[in-house]
Amino acid sequence: MSQLLIGAYRPGRTLIHRIPAGPKLGLVALFGIATVTVPGDWSALGFLAFALGLALWVRMPVRATLRALRPLLLVIVLVTAFQVWQKGWATAIDVVAGLLASVIIALVFTATTSIDSILDAITRGLGPFRRIGVNPERVALAFSLVLRAIPDIFDIAQETRAAAKARGLDRSPRALLVPMALRTVARAYETGDALAARGLGDD
Amino acid sequence: MPIQLDEVAVSVSTADGDLALLHPTTLTLGERRIALVGSNGSGKSTFARLLNGLIEPTAGTVTVDGLDTRRDGAAVRRKVGFVFTNPDSQLVMPTSLEDIALSLRRTIKDKDARRAQARNILTEMGLAERADTSIHALSGGQKQLLALAGILATDPDVLIADEPTTLLDLRNTQLIADRLFALRQQLILVTHDLDLALRCDRAIVIDDARVAFDGQPADAVAFYRELVGS
Ligand SMILES: Nc1ncnc2c1ncn2[C@@H]1O[C@H](COP(=O)(O)OP(=O)(O)O)[C@@H](O)[C@H]1O
Ligand SMILES: [Mg+2]
Repeated sequence: MSQLLIGAYRPGRTLIHRIPAGPKLGLVALFGIATVTVPGDWSALGFLAFALGLALWVRMPVRATLRALRPLLLVIVLVTAFQVWQKGWATAIDVVAGLLASVIIALVFTATTSIDSILDAITRGLGPFRRIGVNPERVALAFSLVLRAIPDIFDIAQETRAAAKARGLDRSPRALLVPMALRTVARAYETGDALAARGLGDD
Repeated sequence: MPIQLDEVAVSVSTADGDLALLHPTTLTLGERRIALVGSNGSGKSTFARLLNGLIEPTAGTVTVDGLDTRRDGAAVRRKVGFVFTNPDSQLVMPTSLEDIALSLRRTIKDKDARRAQARNILTEMGLAERADTSIHALSGGQKQLLALAGILATDPDVLIADEPTTLLDLRNTQLIADRLFALRQQLILVTHDLDLALRCDRAIVIDDARVAFDGQPADAVAFYRELVGS
């Protein structure tokens, strides 16, 4: 559980690890744009091969990566089926290989970039907006909290489902959603207090 | 560095009128280690949260080293650290090292210096091998140690811990307790563990939103046992 895409940073010393977070994020975005704008099934396979090459280079753990990709499997199957039906195999390969390549590159980014340096990049990038009242530290903190909250919400969902099941209520959406929403809000309040107590967000 | 409560009261308005969460209280907290004991819902957390401004008094004033928690909340929180019961809600970064580094962001601007200092702190806490471990993979005791380390990284003068061992097993309770009692900081410890209360210099029993007893830990524990009828 909680082995999601994010927060899977694995320290290392490759060139990819050492590219500063801001430019690296820019490269990820460029790559994503390229996969959708450069046409052709062969180029898409090329992008996919490139992405896989990078993943191997930075030594992404194969099992954890496959697990992270599992939720995408259904989407990929559906998209492939739809494309094959509508436009034939060549387009299906173009679209699906491009999609997979982008996701793998995003995983390579999270695996090689610590949250700390992403925060630094956000803080620096937003620096010029300080004048119009943006507090970059605060935006960076909010960003990291969102990243942190996603696996937490999955955990809460799982616990809530187990608790509902124990009482034979696992078929009732209300028995799942209401406690889950309450617990998520309660957790958010607790986290807010804990951050305030650490003096974060005070200045 | 005493904490001073002067005619402090807390109340909230509910559908059936005002509900007192703390009746008017005046006292000074100067001892090195102070225990707060009391039943669930007696008002311990309310009392503890007043001390670093997480809750503001409805009446009266709370001062820390002369700073009013209502006026100088941010400055008070820099002096008074707070450890909560559930470590999961206190840890906000993906790995141990990054969580400590977050606490250091305000004081150390250089990233490498920050990471080095975070590593030192983890080593002091006996968590050096867990530096790059996902916080989800830590044991309950390690999570609470990390939460404590994250607070200590902000270099407070006082540490308040609100039932820091309630969710832990016996071994992890001892681990955390030993850390807490080894601190150079003043410690204000909310606990159900009467053995820990006995290790303090002073103990306050909270009952029904007021201070019911305040004195020597042995006397306080005897009073509390009498109160709950055991
Ligand atoms: N904001 C609030 N509104 C209404 N009731 C509250 C509020 N905060 C706390 N209480 C109530 O005040 C009482 C004391 O709470 P608390 O200080 O958390 O007790 P303790 O930490 O000793 O268990 C409890 O009965 C709790 O339900
Ligand atoms: Mg409490």
